[in-house]
Amino acid sequence: MESFLLLMVFVVSGLVGTRAVRRVPPLLHTPLMSGMNALSGCTVLGALVATAGAVRAGSVILGAVAVILATVNVVSGFVVTHRMLRMFRKS
Amino acid sequence: MGGDEHTIVAFGLAVGVVMGIRLMNSPRTAVAGNLLGASAVLGAIILTLGTHGVMTHGVILGSLAVGAVIGYVLAVRVAMIQMPQLVALLNGLGGAASALVPLSLLYEQTLVPSLVARLSSALAISVGGFTFAGSSIAAAKLDRRIPQRPVVITNYGIWAFTACLAMAIFTVVILGSSSWLALGAALLLLINVSGFGVVFALRIGGADMPVGICLLNALSGLAAAIAGFAVGDLLLVAAGAIVGTSGLILTRIMCRAMNRDLVAILTGRGVAAIGGVPADEVAQAASVAPVQTAEASVGRPSLDSVLHDAKDVIIVPGYGMALAQAQHEVKRLADALEARGNTVRFAIHPVAGRMPGHMHVLLAEADVPYEKFLDMDAINDSFKDADLSIIVGANDVVNPAASTAEGTPIYGMPVLRAGEAGHVIVCNLDAQPGYCGVANPLYQQKNVTLCFGDAKEQLSDLIRRLSDAS
Repeated sequence: MESFLLLMVFVVSGLVGTRAVRRVPPLLHTPLMSGMNALSGCTVLGALVATAGAVRAGSVILGAVAVILATVNVVSGFVVTHRMLRMFRKS
Repeated sequence: MGGDEHTIVAFGLAVGVVMGIRLMNSPRTAVAGNLLGASAVLGAIILTLGTHGVMTHGVILGSLAVGAVIGYVLAVRVAMIQMPQLVALLNGLGGAASALVPLSLLYEQTLVPSLVARLSSALAISVGGFTFAGSSIAAAKLDRRIPQRPVVITNYGIWAFTACLAMAIFTVVILGSSSWLALGAALLLLINVSGFGVVFALRIGGADMPVGICLLNALSGLAAAIAGFAVGDLLLVAAGAIVGTSGLILTRIMCRAMNRDLVAILTGRGVAAIGGVPADEVAQAASVAPVQTAEASVGRPSLDSVLHDAKDVIIVPGYGMALAQAQHEVKRLADALEARGNTVRFAIHPVAGRMPGHMHVLLAEADVPYEKFLDMDAINDSFKDADLSIIVGANDVVNPAASTAEGTPIYGMPVLRAGEAGHVIVCNLDAQPGYCGVANPLYQQKNVTLCFGDAKEQLSDLIRRLSDAS
């Protein structure tokens, strides 16, 4: 049942995301991409869950490395998107 | 997982993410949109920490802090010209994390009881590992650490088939055994898909990179979504799905703008074929092209008078402008022209540069107001009425041969009709054909002045001529 729910979430998010992304003009495609990049770092949530439930040293290390990499992705992605978006100005 | 409250909050945060993307539809609201998205993710991290009771887990908090510091420094230090490689690198990190999550789960052995969790673990390792390896190579190519030319691999089909077969076997082992055997298979699977990713990225050429990056972006989202299935996290599944579709939409836009078939790009077809063919054409073009310097030949208007008389000017930037870091000179030239009461607009081809929107960002960095950027469809009919078009480091995207040179990689690609302007100034490095290897007949046109050399110097020369003239 839970898998089915997740599958529904996957499909619905994909459809809603498509609608939102299509409205973004080419002007902002690079920031859109780096923003999406940051969002794909959401995998930090999975890394947190895995590390939280880990007992063995090996899985804790694997989980911690995943948390670090994903956090770099999230933080760097959002900060650099912010930097870019602030450069766009009207005359 | 974690009860109804968790699901409701996660749903709310997912809505926040989508609202954030919707705000990206205009530069005025985009900053707020990005902040909204970032806040939603921060909220999701806190929610996850709370739900799993690890608010004070030393290793987790330490890892978050280390990642945040590295990420912040990386983002603040990077130059705008390095944006494509940064995006590729970050895609790779996300993919790597998505592959490590199921590895950690499998190592723990008690955490992946269900078949669905096992299957998604195997898939997350596959897609995540592929994304990591492919993105690393793409980033190295974009950073010019390894050659940009596509690498052609003989017997690729046989290799690919063997690799796929091995992947299937490893996946079955992961599904069927709950011991160290599954972990071993997972590691072999990771090595296998990484090799696949490396080969994939090596086969993509420099100018096809916009497509390659978009696709890797989509895959990093897909990997995250699958990892979400493995751990049963609703928000991760939602976010991954959104990133995946966004990447796919951009991939399609890029393919259409290049009139290229996605499959052809992925298999290196077309580009690989032109490798040796046009060599003599290249030489021919280089020798035939009348390299006209500023001292124009008889019967043609001099560069000074062209600059002096132009009222309506369109500037066409390309990847060469990015390479020469000439965006600030372009801005100065535009300012100098506008100071004389002229209109200056910028015509931007969708695949100019190495990633979608690359030119827009560089020009915005140089402080050019964004309402002067016009997309191909919006500006193409204006070239014939313009007095002057100035091409800065663009070749294939203005090559008129795209509509005539059948059988070449650019045939059928929509291009900017810069050659239709009253006069054309070309500030390119040399007369060599662009990435697609097709000589540019524009260079032979009567109304064209070629200013070959470093774009910065050539633009500075134009600016000097303008100030001398007035």
